[in-house]
Amino acid sequence: MNKFTYASVSTTDAAIAEMDEHDSPKFIAGGTNLLDLMKVNVENPDHLIDITQIAFNQIEATADGGLRLGALVTNADTAWNEEVEKRYPLLSKAILAGASPQLRNMATNGGNLMQRTRCYYFYDTATPCNKREPGSGCSAIGGYNRILAILGTSEHCIATHPSDMCVALVALGATINITGINGDRTIPITEFHRLPGDRPDLDNTLQAGDIVTSIDLPVQGFEKNYAYLKVRDRASYAFALVSVAAALTLEGNQIKEARLVLGGVAHKPWRSAEAEAALTHQEASVSTFEKAAAIALEGAKGYGDNTFKIELAKRAIVRALKQAAGLEEQA
Amino acid sequence: MINPREYIEPGSSWPLGHAVPDQPATHTVKLNINGQDVHLKIEPWVSLLDALREYIGLTGTKKGCDHGQCGACTVLVDGKRINSCLTLAVMKQGCEITTIEGLAKGDELHPMQEAFVEHDAYQCGYCTPGQICSAIGLINEGIANTRDEISELMSGNICRCGAYPHILDAIEQVKGVAGHE
Ligand SMILES: Cc1cc2nc3c(=O)[nH]c(=O)nc-3n(C[C@H](O)[C@H](O)[C@H](O)COP(=O)(O)OP(=O)(O)OC[C@H]3O[C@@H](n4cnc5c(N)ncnc54)[C@H](O)[C@@H]3O)c2cc1C
Ligand code: SF4
Ligand code: FES
Ligand code: FES
Repeated sequence: MNKFTYASVSTTDAAIAEMDEHDSPKFIAGGTNLLDLMKVNVENPDHLIDITQIAFNQIEATADGGLRLGALVTNADTAWNEEVEKRYPLLSKAILAGASPQLRNMATNGGNLMQRTRCYYFYDTATPCNKREPGSGCSAIGGYNRILAILGTSEHCIATHPSDMCVALVALGATINITGINGDRTIPITEFHRLPGDRPDLDNTLQAGDIVTSIDLPVQGFEKNYAYLKVRDRASYAFALVSVAAALTLEGNQIKEARLVLGGVAHKPWRSAEAEAALTHQEASVSTFEKAAAIALEGAKGYGDNTFKIELAKRAIVRALKQAAGLEEQA
Repeated sequence: MINPREYIEPGSSWPLGHAVPDQPATHTVKLNINGQDVHLKIEPWVSLLDALREYIGLTGTKKGCDHGQCGACTVLVDGKRINSCLTLAVMKQGCEITTIEGLAKGDELHPMQEAFVEHDAYQCGYCTPGQICSAIGLINEGIANTRDEISELMSGNICRCGAYPHILDAIEQVKGVAGHE
């Protein structure tokens, strides 16, 4: 780890002012991703701005009847929050599928949105990586790529976004509240993360100095018919090979509304509007789900070690939809 | 328990015999460790784990991976279990930290320690301080009730020796899970 200076701030103004005064400053919240990356010299900030004393530490109702999750509330406190458990159980389930109890006690909602890829080469400073060192090349394409992406990749990067929480947030249609030098703004979570294209060094659309202040959940929580299915190499405490957030509203056996989002397959949580359209106004049945799964994976591309994910994702989608529709029990 | 290193005054020697480098980057941090206030002069990049082990001399908390992947470094901060390897000591200013050394009252072991001994819940013992602190954190949370739930919510602690069944037995006993003999 490189040497750095440190300051703790209690207001966003102070945080933004601190940002201005250093060459390569970084905010730190739970520290579970940033310190990990600093220990392997992938992140080398010259100054850390501790934002944990800023008062984004509440979960509260929004004016329109939704729920606002403070950026500094921990993943554990969010997942076990009574309102979240009752109204947005899909989010609780996704968060609890990630990391470990100790890490969830530290990890914050803002930090979870911002966490970086787990691509092995990104962590290994001895190998080329366009995300870590723009222009150096991608070691994963043509290298060992079992955990990497099959959708929305580019010739420059096939990294995945590793979050479970974000997959549920996309399914729920969350919006992200941001403050920065240019004032406040709100964006849909689908516009927060991005695809790698020719700028894989950029994980998301946040500008330097921007702070995530909170995440808003709309009223509709899909609390009756939802599933979060995570497939991984061991039963707990492992990142997803593939995960599926499925949410339905049903009228009898008819699907009125559907949300289908995949994790572990792309540079961002992968929402398939086409698959959702193929589910809407259809009967909730295995054949409908199989059609939607095929549509969701159209255009998927395997890179060798990770090609199995295409079939795995299809099967996971069918199973998650069965669970959401109540045709199979959810673990 | 923290004697003779309980008060580490700015400018005094390091507990382990090094001189404190007088760098502009150093911070003075007060931690309450196992009920005792400890004042440290420390650089911002020192993890809570290294502060405990290398600066204060409390080596009960173990370093397994140093990357949040094993749980050996688990301690309780204000009653909640965390990985001390991914925590900066400067960020825990004023917090109450409980380590494995702080659990027993004199010669009287904490019930979780007793249960680990009784159930032989370890082989080499390297993961044990983290397992015990994590198990106490789990009980404080009050969420896990069945053996399966305990198992899932103890998944943040890896045991290279595979003592898992006995670890679960020990925790079940302390929790008073029905059906436990
Ligand atoms: C061993 C291990 C296993 C894991 N397994 C999983 C898993 O299975 N699923 C999963 O989803 N996650 C997993 N994680 C990742 C974990 O969820 C993230 O590390 C965590 O959510 C990051 O939050 P943090 O508060 O610790 O962020 P930090 O490490 O403090 O910060 C991360 C980044 O976000 C920036 N940042 C933080 N807060 C803000 C803010 N409010 N505004 C702007 N920028 C901000 C920081 O500057 C930094 O660049 C795992 C982590 C580890 C170490
Ligand atoms: S996939 Fe992306 S993160 Fe991984 S080596 Fe290639 S450029 Fe780097
Ligand atoms: S040493 Fe901290 S989790 Fe392994
Ligand atoms: S007892 Fe040896 S690692 Fe757990």
